[in-house]
Parts: sequence; structure tokens; C-alpha cells
Amino acid sequence: MSIKGKAYIAGIYEHPLRDGTGKTVPQLHAEVARGALEDAGLDKNDIDAYYCAGDVPGMGAINQAEYMGLKLRQVDSTETGGSSYVLHVRHAAQAIAAGHCKVALITLAGRPRADAKENYSVRPGGGAPADYGFEAPFRPTIVNMYAMVAMRHMHEFGTTSEQLAWVKVAASHHAQHNPHALLREVVTVEDVLASPMISDPLHRLDCCVMTDGGGAILMVAPEIAKSLNRPRVRVLGAGEAPKHLNGGKVDLTYSGAVWSGADAFAEAGVKPADIKYASIYDSFTITVVETLEDLGFCAKGKGGAFVADGNLISGVGKLPFNTDGGGLCNNHPSDRGGITKVIEAVRQVRGEAHPRVQVPNCNLVLAHGTGGLLGSRMGSATVILEREDA
Amino acid sequence: MSDTTAKPRPKFRAPRINDESRPFWEATTRGELRIKRCTACGENHYYPRSLCPFCFSDATEWLTCSGRGSIYSYSVSRRGEPYAIAYVTLEEGPTMLTNLVDCDFDRLAIGQAVKVKFMDTGEGAALPCFTPA
Repeated sequence: MSIKGKAYIAGIYEHPLRDGTGKTVPQLHAEVARGALEDAGLDKNDIDAYYCAGDVPGMGAINQAEYMGLKLRQVDSTETGGSSYVLHVRHAAQAIAAGHCKVALITLAGRPRADAKENYSVRPGGGAPADYGFEAPFRPTIVNMYAMVAMRHMHEFGTTSEQLAWVKVAASHHAQHNPHALLREVVTVEDVLASPMISDPLHRLDCCVMTDGGGAILMVAPEIAKSLNRPRVRVLGAGEAPKHLNGGKVDLTYSGAVWSGADAFAEAGVKPADIKYASIYDSFTITVVETLEDLGFCAKGKGGAFVADGNLISGVGKLPFNTDGGGLCNNHPSDRGGITKVIEAVRQVRGEAHPRVQVPNCNLVLAHGTGGLLGSRMGSATVILEREDA
Repeated sequence: MSDTTAKPRPKFRAPRINDESRPFWEATTRGELRIKRCTACGENHYYPRSLCPFCFSDATEWLTCSGRGSIYSYSVSRRGEPYAIAYVTLEEGPTMLTNLVDCDFDRLAIGQAVKVKFMDTGEGAALPCFTPA
């Protein structure tokens, strides 16, 4: 069964906070949920399905559902890191298409900055996975594992640090118009290259921000979308794919987007060239370059050339991306950016992005989430959304 | 004045060992790098597990490696005391996460030949790191 056209995104909300001091994680989840309800024009008691991931404290979705007082027919706490919330859009669309629910809430929230200040941290995840003993002693970090992807990409395809820097430059051009963005200053390629080296070849400005806050999405059945006084945004297609190290047959030059993107495009019946705007997960600059190749926006190995010279800047380049400033400049709440990717894509396809970055006639958009370690052990999820004219 | 009583942080942390991984770590402590070979499909794999990740047979056996390989990718973390993480592809096929040691961090290269070097954790296990061959 295809989900094409069978579910709509009716409400979105991005928390304006970037420092969550004084708020709790369950409170942040509830606040973003309320924001999405107000955006859609729906009531809490309309919600009959709830989707969340490992950033929710407690046993899956249950404790947070209790905090918010939800009466549910469907829950799903599938955890694929930062890609979870893009994957949840697909799962919610499947449940709505099957008639199992009518109003699905998706939330993400956290406060890593406030937790760091208070020296308090509860990280998601249970017992150690089987790989842990074989890897942890070698001190893998998020940065050095992504850095190895960049190093291999440079080796195989001649990608340069200057090309990677263009991803950050484009994000910064967009962030200057977002009053909530953590970093609003426009930067140059030279600024990126002059920033401190964190882990070769990634500089400080190749890395995303750390922020508190979160976001929420409300998905609804077609008849509910038609009853609301909001632009109608329907899910055309979606895909999800974990990628792992495959018994030691390691290949860092591609991501799970090869599979999740292909499924999403096939279901939607559109091509990369049809997409007017793309939200691409940008934990690091290399994440964007490799993902764009894997989604088919350019040939494998040509991502560096594709992003250079402002090609991702709205109004300048061919593929406007992350017009909220993305994870690189605006927001990466709870160290997980997937939900903000969907939110900005919805703003664009509604025509509600900031006027300085709004893509004209933006009727077809894509949002992509990456979780975990790019190329190594990761979640990948892609959704394609279309505006349905009344 | 510096505090001469402070102990330096151990450079290599001991692995967390379980029943499935214990033979691997007993071997490294003897100076052997072992992976798993599947006698049903013939594929080698890493990290070693009881069931073959390719054909799901439980007919897997330990295979002692030559200890030679090449750098698939690497990165030198520059904050604090530098260290080099790497994926090294073994002669026997699989690629493993490791550290590059006893080398000039500014002269590493993808494709470079390396050989295993076991680093004592001081806690009863040795880590299979690699150094230029």
C-alpha cells in the first residue's frame, strides 16, 4: 500500500528557545506539541497517535503521553537518532493511510546545553550494543567519525575543504534572516578554513550548533486537512533505511540516503530535478555533500562541486537548502536535527518561510534526516511533500 | 606549581568484555589479532560474532590474522592531546575501527600499509592498534 497523498502535515512548531535552562525535557515536548496544535487549529484531544524517539524520558512514548494527557490508539517510539522524526512522518502516514489513526503528533525536545551547564545528563539508550567493546576503547566521537567520511570522500573524489565550507556559507546566508538562529553572522569560505581544526579535515565551522528546545509536527487524515484553514501539505512519498558496517565491508562513500531517497522518489513519482527546495540534514558540512549525491541531486563524487559557489543559497543557486539556517547555524535541538528539517520544508511548501529566503512557486519539497554516524552506523529517512491547492 | 601526585589519564582504556568477545581479547593479550570466519559461506567478518552476519550460520570459527592491513580512512582529533582514529582494512578482508600509534600524525595517508601493534591497557587486556609497516 502506498502512502501517496493519504496523509497531510497540518501543524508545525519550532521552539524559539536555544537555551533550555529552567525548563524540563517533558515540559519542552509538551510546549512544542501545543505550538503545533495552535498552528494547525486542532485541540489536544484530537490527537490519537503519538510518535517520539529516544530523547523522550521514560518507557518509549508512555511517560510523555501521560504528561501530556493523551488518549491514544497508536504509539511508535522508533529510534534512529536524528533521522527519527523524518522516519516518524512516514510511519504516521502509514498508520493514517491504514485508518489506524487520524491525528498523529510527533515531538522532539531536549536541553543538552542546559544539562552541560548543570553537569546533568541522561542520555538515551539502554545496555551496550555488541559493537561497543570493539569500538569504545579507540575513542570514536561524533566528530572524528564524520571526519573519516570527509577524509575518504576527499581521497576518492578530490573533494576539498573549500567545497565543504560552502555548505556552511550557504547556511549562514539563510540564518541571518532568522531571528531565532543561534548563529546569525554571515561567514565566508575563508572564515570556515580559519576556524580551529577539530578533527582532520573538519574545522569548528564545519560542525553544527548545540542547542536546546525542540519541535513538533501534526499529521492528519485527508478529511481533517480539508476541514482546517491552513495550506494543505500532503506526503507524496517517503523512505527509510538503516545502514551499518555490514560485517566489516566498510564503505564510507555513501549513506543510507541511497536507499531511503530512492524509495521516496519512486513512491512520489518525481525526480530530484523536480524538487524546488530541500532540507538536508547538516550535522556537519560533509553530511550535506554526501547526502545530496546519494539522493541523486548530483552524481556520486560531484557533491563538492555541486555545493560550491553558493549553489545552495536561496535566490542564488539551483537548489535552495536549509533556509532556516539549518543545524549549522540555526538549531540542532537535543543534538538531533530531523524535526527541524521537516518543519522548514513545510514552511517553504506553504509559502511561509522568511520572505528573504522563500523559494518562489515552491510546490514540491524534500526533507532528509540522518541519524548516528554517517556512512558507518546510521539511520536515514527521506520525505517528499507537495502543496495541494484548494 | 604542578601537582606531581596527579596520575596521568590512561591513554588506552580497557574494553568492556562479554562472553562472546572474551576469546578475542584473550588473543590480543597474547599478541594475536583474531577475526571470525564462517565455515558455511567462507566469508570473514568483524566485529566477531557467533552467527555469521552474511549467511546466519552458527558455524563460525576464529581466524588469526597476519596483522597487516592498510588505512581505509583516518582522522586526527586535535582538541586536547591529539590521537588518530582509523578504519584499517585487514589483509583478510574486513575493515576495523582502531587507533594509529607510534607515527607522525601529519604524515598519515589513506592506503598506507600498517601493521598491528598491541597496546597494553594496564587492566588485563591489550588493544589492537596499528602503526606504519
